[in-house]
Amino acid sequence: MQQITIDPITRLEGHGKIEIFLNDEGNVVNTYFQIPELRGFERFCIGRPVEEMPLLTNRICGVCPEAHHMAAAKAVDAVYHVDPPAPAKKLRELLYSAFYCTDHTTHFYALGGPDFIMGPDAPVAERNILGVIHKVGLEVGGKVIQMRKYGHSVVEIIGGRKVHPCTSIPGGLTKGITEEQRKQIEEMGRFAIEFAQFSLKAFNDIVLGNKQYVDLILGDIYTHHTYYMGLVDENNKVNFYNGKVRVVDPDGKELVKYEPKDYADHIAEHVEPWTYLKFPYLKKVGWKGLVDGKDSGIYMATPLSRLNASDGMATPLAQAEYEKFYKTLGGKPVHQRLAIHWARLIELLYAAERWIELATDPEITSPNFHTIPTEKPTEGVGIVEAPRGTLTHHYWTDERGVVTKVNLIVGTTNNYAPITMSIKKAADSLIKNGKVNEGLLNMVEMAFRAYDPCFGCATHSLPGQMPLEVTIHGADGGKVDVLKQYC
Amino acid sequence: MSKPKFAMYWAASCGGCEISVLNIHEKILEVDAAFDVVFWPVAMDAKYKDVEAMQDGEITLCLFNGGMRNDENEHIAKLLRQKSKILVAFGSCACEGCIPGLANFSSLGEMVDTAFTTLTTDNPTNLRPQPSYTVPEGVLHIPTLNPFVKTLDQVVDVDYYMPGCPPEPHQIAAVVDLVIAALNGKAELPPKGATIGAGNSTVCEECPRKRNVKSIKVFNRIQMIQADPELCLLEQGIPCNGPATRSGCNARCPIAGAQCIGCYGPAEGVVDYGARLVSAFASVIDSEKPDEIDKILDGLVDPAGQFYRFNLAGSLLRASKAAQKG
Amino acid sequence: MTDTPETKPFEPVIIGFTCNWCSYRAADMAGTARMKYAPNVRLIRLMCSGRLDPTFVFKAFAGGADAVLISGCHPGDCHYATQNYKAMRRFYLMKRVLAQLGIESGRLKLLWASAAEGAIFAKEINSFVEQVRALGPLHWNTNSPEILDKTVKEEVIA
Repeated sequence: MQQITIDPITRLEGHGKIEIFLNDEGNVVNTYFQIPELRGFERFCIGRPVEEMPLLTNRICGVCPEAHHMAAAKAVDAVYHVDPPAPAKKLRELLYSAFYCTDHTTHFYALGGPDFIMGPDAPVAERNILGVIHKVGLEVGGKVIQMRKYGHSVVEIIGGRKVHPCTSIPGGLTKGITEEQRKQIEEMGRFAIEFAQFSLKAFNDIVLGNKQYVDLILGDIYTHHTYYMGLVDENNKVNFYNGKVRVVDPDGKELVKYEPKDYADHIAEHVEPWTYLKFPYLKKVGWKGLVDGKDSGIYMATPLSRLNASDGMATPLAQAEYEKFYKTLGGKPVHQRLAIHWARLIELLYAAERWIELATDPEITSPNFHTIPTEKPTEGVGIVEAPRGTLTHHYWTDERGVVTKVNLIVGTTNNYAPITMSIKKAADSLIKNGKVNEGLLNMVEMAFRAYDPCFGCATHSLPGQMPLEVTIHGADGGKVDVLKQYC
Repeated sequence: MSKPKFAMYWAASCGGCEISVLNIHEKILEVDAAFDVVFWPVAMDAKYKDVEAMQDGEITLCLFNGGMRNDENEHIAKLLRQKSKILVAFGSCACEGCIPGLANFSSLGEMVDTAFTTLTTDNPTNLRPQPSYTVPEGVLHIPTLNPFVKTLDQVVDVDYYMPGCPPEPHQIAAVVDLVIAALNGKAELPPKGATIGAGNSTVCEECPRKRNVKSIKVFNRIQMIQADPELCLLEQGIPCNGPATRSGCNARCPIAGAQCIGCYGPAEGVVDYGARLVSAFASVIDSEKPDEIDKILDGLVDPAGQFYRFNLAGSLLRASKAAQKG
Repeated sequence: MTDTPETKPFEPVIIGFTCNWCSYRAADMAGTARMKYAPNVRLIRLMCSGRLDPTFVFKAFAGGADAVLISGCHPGDCHYATQNYKAMRRFYLMKRVLAQLGIESGRLKLLWASAAEGAIFAKEINSFVEQVRALGPLHWNTNSPEILDKTVKEEVIA
């Protein structure tokens, strides 16, 4: 049996590796996607005062600490059975909306966009943000930096710091904002809306206007029929910060809509001994292995999932884009993984609109940003949508509010099975008779990259590809061929 | 003439250090102009084999973040030490272990058991991940976890330390300026072993809150009081690590109303950060009666976590007895 | 019968921090009066128990001590007025921190002894040594090669 090792994968928070096994004819028999890291948050948070959880869980991910901070904030509120005052909730959601804009921006422009803007067959050296800038204009690079700057500014104003915010405590926040800060935030939000619209237009002109790309998006290689999960508000519209978790089946029918506190009735995590990460699946459907279909409990969480699982967007500009999206792609639900990039931009627009809604809310500068808890702490669940998927934090404490148990199901974790399946399908489709070429490398990347695996950020001088080294071993273990790709 | 080579690597890290480097915004282009970026897994394509093929010391500057959690982390640390002229322990994980170092309170077995027996984990045969596992098609490998987290300098020789979780962008920008100036002969690098990109005092010096004589009769959990926004947090009984924590962050957290949790590491001259805080906190407790002292201390529900939150792996004791037993 | 290496009783290594004005003089007094007491405590003299930096205690344990003794003037009698109260508060807080790290509270002792209390000092040392002997060696070995290089490699057939 021949074995292809791809190590390390990059643009994943932490590290990952892929093993592809070929039979004697040179066709793919199986693919394994391994996560080689474990840090143990569920263990070492035990014994800590529960109000530290929004600070400790920040460090699960430095790209999306805001997501963990908010899930933790809601969980500690639940632990203390305290409802923060409305201004605190609005401030948290405002921070969160600005964060979404930053995060989705950096992923699209530096990671996902180049595949389309430059084309999957473009020279490796051009398939990056620099190539994008040359093609679309120097102005674009400046706008991307500006969007990131603004997003992090808002996080700092409300959250205290740019990375690893510190202001959420049980019952609300440690501070509010002044009118002057509110004005700054509003001004930055108006830029965000323009920038989101610009990004959608760029996608429309460059990607949707190009038949080759449209074929790629609609093609079978990147299509999987799975369940879809996302947080929705009381009108079943997408909401990143609050709501119930809704899951729809591959035909788009609602399977379940659950309250955060009931998540354990619906989600279980399958274990394999060759990886440190577990595979979440829907309990009621069951674990049937890494396969598609209505009978398989595998579900996807991502911007596309959120759009599939909802009945629409809660803001007008984003709603119009949502309708256009489904009209173009032939109805709901959409199963093509590359469409995640488009869905991500629709969410960028929604986040920007929500940013303005909250920044202009009359309560947003209220000095009433904290309610002191009065009940004894026990147990609580907090769920938000991380950019990569539904994020669940569950804490148990003793009567002093010291953590005794923790359960976390993290955004990208939801997608561990779908990503593995996407990689396998790309490998299956492209590796025939032992021939591995450059095309494989990029196509495998595109399958992986669409999910925006936890580490979604990049630099301006980002070359177009993940580093991949594909080593083909003969059946005797000797090296037959080595293909490298790098800038 | 070719540009000096630059590398940045993440071991057991969260990615926050990488994001903080990006938050120097336009300045990243100066880095790009002054250096040849040869290895930065988050951002570009070079692989371990490319580093292995380099000459010893070929990389002029390597920013190494993340802690030593498994054997792969240690292997890459040794590799990059060999290939780099200047190796900087970048960020709290590399300098002192940071939050993942809290795992050093438990044994490795406890940590893995907890992760694989959570409420939602479906694990009927009680499997645990194996460093080497045979599947029908062949053998799969994953790194082996260390018994406890180590700091970068517990594994290799380190030239400079840049503290912070993460280091603040204005500090990173200052260090970038310094290194570029030094490479052009316009400035001197500090002596080896120095802490760079941070201040020489404590967070208290940067904190604008009013300070009086502290005499604590009760420790308060931050959510249980309406804290005075102008007054020192420790004085209000909120456990704040400012007194022993290195300055350089501009006291962002106390300014935002949250206690300093110590992410910038030990202040200048501190041998053991936790011990320093034991001394500081004990000194300001307002009681001379053992029973009363005990009662006041009951308000600190997790003293070891409070005092060693970022620092356990880099402390004198390093890990609990349970972690040592394995 | 002579003790073989296997049956030799464990001899605790104890570091004792004493203050110059009271407790160190108590130790002196015990010595000049030729009172016999266990030799396990290595004394380190500080000017005052309030000088006791918790760093010293942690370093002692990290460096191989099985126990640590802190000794000073009786509350109210401190040569420097109230500094022994600082030692007292640090002691209580240190105990809690060390307990979380797995160092039993029986390994850290606070003893007040005036310069005239040589006999009490000797008695307390003897009982502390037996207390620690019963607890056994601490073996704080985060720096030992066996711990540092410990790896577990197993091949499991699917």
